Amino acid sequence: MILINCPNCGPRNSAEFAYFGETKPRPDANETDLAEWSHYLYMKRNPAGWTSEHWYHREGCRKFLVAERHTVTNEIRSTGTPGAGHGG
Amino acid sequence: MKGRAGNGHGPPVQRYSALSLVRHGLTKGDWPKVWRTHELERSYDVVVIGAGVHGLATAYYLAANHGARRVAVVDKGYVGGGGSGRNTAIVRSNYLTPEGVRFYDRSVRLYQSLAADLNFNIMFAQRGHLTLAHNDGSIRTMRWRAEVNKLEGIDSEVIGPDEIKKLVPFMDTSAHTRYPILGALYHPPGGIVRHDAVNWGYARAADALGVQIHQNTEVLGISVKSGRVTGVTTSQGEISAPTVINCTAGWASLIADMAGVSLPIITHPLQAAVTEPVKMFLEAVVVSGSLHVYVSQTDRGELVFGASTDPYASYSMRGSLEFTEELASHVLELIPSIAKMRVLRQWSGLCDITPDFSPVMGVTPVDGFLVDVGWGTYGFKAGPAAGEAMAELAATGKTPALIAAFDLARFPEGRLVGERGAAAVGH
Repeated sequence: MILINCPNCGPRNSAEFAYFGETKPRPDANETDLAEWSHYLYMKRNPAGWTSEHWYHREGCRKFLVAERHTVTNEIRSTGTPGAGHGG
Repeated sequence: MKGRAGNGHGPPVQRYSALSLVRHGLTKGDWPKVWRTHELERSYDVVVIGAGVHGLATAYYLAANHGARRVAVVDKGYVGGGGSGRNTAIVRSNYLTPEGVRFYDRSVRLYQSLAADLNFNIMFAQRGHLTLAHNDGSIRTMRWRAEVNKLEGIDSEVIGPDEIKKLVPFMDTSAHTRYPILGALYHPPGGIVRHDAVNWGYARAADALGVQIHQNTEVLGISVKSGRVTGVTTSQGEISAPTVINCTAGWASLIADMAGVSLPIITHPLQAAVTEPVKMFLEAVVVSGSLHVYVSQTDRGELVFGASTDPYASYSMRGSLEFTEELASHVLELIPSIAKMRVLRQWSGLCDITPDFSPVMGVTPVDGFLVDVGWGTYGFKAGPAAGEAMAELAATGKTPALIAAFDLARFPEGRLVGERGAAAVGH
């Protein structure tokens, strides 16, 4: 079990959340080319270490959050609201 | 002595037979080591990263089919220590896409003759494979799969609850359960294999042909010069090689990163468990997508359970209580009579999941750096066919037709091979 500190609801079991994967900047659809867009769409960093990712609190406040999680130990060192300096 | 690849230390591999068994029984002599250890050399023709079934099979077929002699398999751990020793050992070919069905059929055929080819009993038992449907959507996908399977010449059909009851008498096929069983995709050639035996069999046969297996040899970096791979840096020293093959499953992204290659892969843990052994009562392999479980009984009598992947990306291989609780409740829905059986142990492996649930095999933007990754939950059953095809690619430089659809370029070019509908359970 991972304990996720939801910015709205407080610490909750990760089973209440849906995992949405690593955060990454979305290219501007009007400026981008095919290579950059398909890279954004499909390729993953998939690091073994600290990563920033989106979770959705589907059985709670039904809002997205951004978590800094270590993918080897599953430790979460911070959570925050998307767009508030915590990634896109 | 620093010999050429193939002149390893220790006695050569001895052929297993009834005669050698009797001789060893009478003399009580030690059996020779199954494979030899070697000093790491400065250069090889091919370096395979990952000593699981994919890496070992690739090395074996390079030596057996293409006469390659200077091949090294390096692994940061031990032979079969990753997914190849952690899977639930199910073999089948009843996939959804024609590309997938053809590919896995080749693997089933190789498994059928593998014990004789490797001179190692891999205990392949084609006991039949049942994928249960608990809703109309599943029935529809199974009919679709059965038709694709039949077109490719695979024995596969949709059967009803009465026939299921005949194949698995202990299963609750009544209409009174929470998720009644409406039918199943029945695949008689499916079955189970002893996964360690497959790993050891390939390692032993590859070693006999001169392939060097280097355990405890972690790859720390991959050298690339003007778009070409030139070698690898390992914890045991530098190796130069014109061809490097990434067969590292859950760790594939980390290895590809060293060569500057991006992969469309997310690593998810997948948990499994095994019970105490009981008398044989479950012949077929039983899978339920809706209940997120698959179960088979080994030759020793243990029930082996697998489930869906953990719902988030992770490199952690710790088991969780949620898994055991959910597993128990789902299995008991199917087979209530095993309620008193105890779980002996549980474990976890890493799955390299791609967006379309199909593997990534073939060339990369870096010349000489080949990938055999993205297997998700299908890797073990694919080992022989993937190894055979990757060996052909490495030896001839031409991508075999069998794996052409699974190239890395399919993602930017929009040619995905959607295989999610054939996943054992919802992932």
